Amino acid sequence: MRPLILTFAALAFAGTAAMSETVATGDLGLVIERASGSVLLIDQSDRAALARIEGLGDLSHASLVYSPDERFAYVFGRDGGLTKVDITERRIAGRVVQAGNAIGGAISDDGALVAVSNYEPGGVRIFDAETLDMVADIPTGSKTIGLADAPGRRFVFSLWDAGETWIADLSGDDPDITKITGIGQNPYDALMTGNGRTYIAGLFGEDGLTALDLWAETPEPIQVLPGYGRGEAPLPVYKMPHLEGWASTGAEFVLPAVGRHEVLWVDARDFTETGRTATYGRPVFAMARPDGRQVWVNFAHPLNDTIQVIDTVTKQVVHEFKPGPAVLHMEFTPRGNEVWISVRDAGKIMIYDTRTFEKRGEIEAESPSGIFFTARAHRTGL
Amino acid sequence: MRSLLVLAISCAPALAGDLDGDALRRLVHQDCGSCHGLTLKGGLGPGLTADMLAHYDRDGLASVILQGVPGTPMPPWAPLMSDEEARWIADYLLTGENE
Repeated sequence: MRPLILTFAALAFAGTAAMSETVATGDLGLVIERASGSVLLIDQSDRAALARIEGLGDLSHASLVYSPDERFAYVFGRDGGLTKVDITERRIAGRVVQAGNAIGGAISDDGALVAVSNYEPGGVRIFDAETLDMVADIPTGSKTIGLADAPGRRFVFSLWDAGETWIADLSGDDPDITKITGIGQNPYDALMTGNGRTYIAGLFGEDGLTALDLWAETPEPIQVLPGYGRGEAPLPVYKMPHLEGWASTGAEFVLPAVGRHEVLWVDARDFTETGRTATYGRPVFAMARPDGRQVWVNFAHPLNDTIQVIDTVTKQVVHEFKPGPAVLHMEFTPRGNEVWISVRDAGKIMIYDTRTFEKRGEIEAESPSGIFFTARAHRTGL
Repeated sequence: MRSLLVLAISCAPALAGDLDGDALRRLVHQDCGSCHGLTLKGGLGPGLTADMLAHYDRDGLASVILQGVPGTPMPPWAPLMSDEEARWIADYLLTGENE
């Protein structure tokens, strides 16, 4: 029996070694801790924090994207830092300070390229996802916002000062840039639909949004809800709405209005208005649960302690509650059974059941803002 | 920010001694920081370091805070804060205490 025992022993050893090296990342995520320049590794299934990774610089308004294998996160800091975090080894795997002042980024559909959108200097810089070496520099002469990935190794972004949207095609040796003018005054953020077809830029300088159909041979600006304020003076905007957490119910988009206490419903096919829902405050994020049945909305300072949940069939607010001071971001689990909410001034991530609205747990975090689950790795436009 | 809100809602002119410096400092970095950067080095809005604000005096800067800058995203903060609070913030920024 000796040989058999030896075999068993060897198998057991090999099994242990393999298990200790395997880290499944499918239910993990990262939380931006904006004031302390760190990210918190979180576990959806355990509703717990696993580790804090520090040294990422100024993370106010930071966001991140994931590599296709869900091992690496690319964190875009306000200070121009681009940090590659290895979530399996819980450490920083690379970091470059690529600009003076940045505002978000994106990863190409093949996971090979990471693009960063910059305020100072304006423009987009594109990096090799493995080495973080810069492979392309696209100056725009403008603050650049609303950067999103599109299928075919393309990136789409908009120019705050110039009112243009550019499409950078990185599928060849050199970037091929298509410039679309007449987007409107001061685009402030944009969204890409999950199929990579429609890019919608929100306008700060005028009432309305502008859509582009990226399936068109030459995409032309399509006005969405022009003059939706109907001449009413907008309220002061203490925090810009975000479109990246855009909501789609399948047939409609739900978009936060700028300087108004309402969300706007738009037909996803022809971009006409299909309704409005009055809200508690000026919306910042209007995010659909993954099944599209609910839209969760948070609000700008000073009404940022409250969340409203809108039923997408009736367009009525069906639930309102106050998780705590300074609700900054919401992230649904991929099947939508839970929503995780960052409550900055409480120093907590709060976890709620989206059907019963009962609280399921909370996690301590330092001034948490964005929450990002690894499932984003497999979605266009996130 | 509860104390600031209460002040704003009650519209009671705050005496200098009543100002909550911690709350105002937090407001500057967290909420002004949404546009101007957490470290106030700029973002969608310009940087607010003492160098960059050197062309303002205290009252001029306080008036920009209270009235906003028409035609830009800078909103008027008068609905949310008192004159004294705006002047406290102007002082805080101009002395470079935040850097």
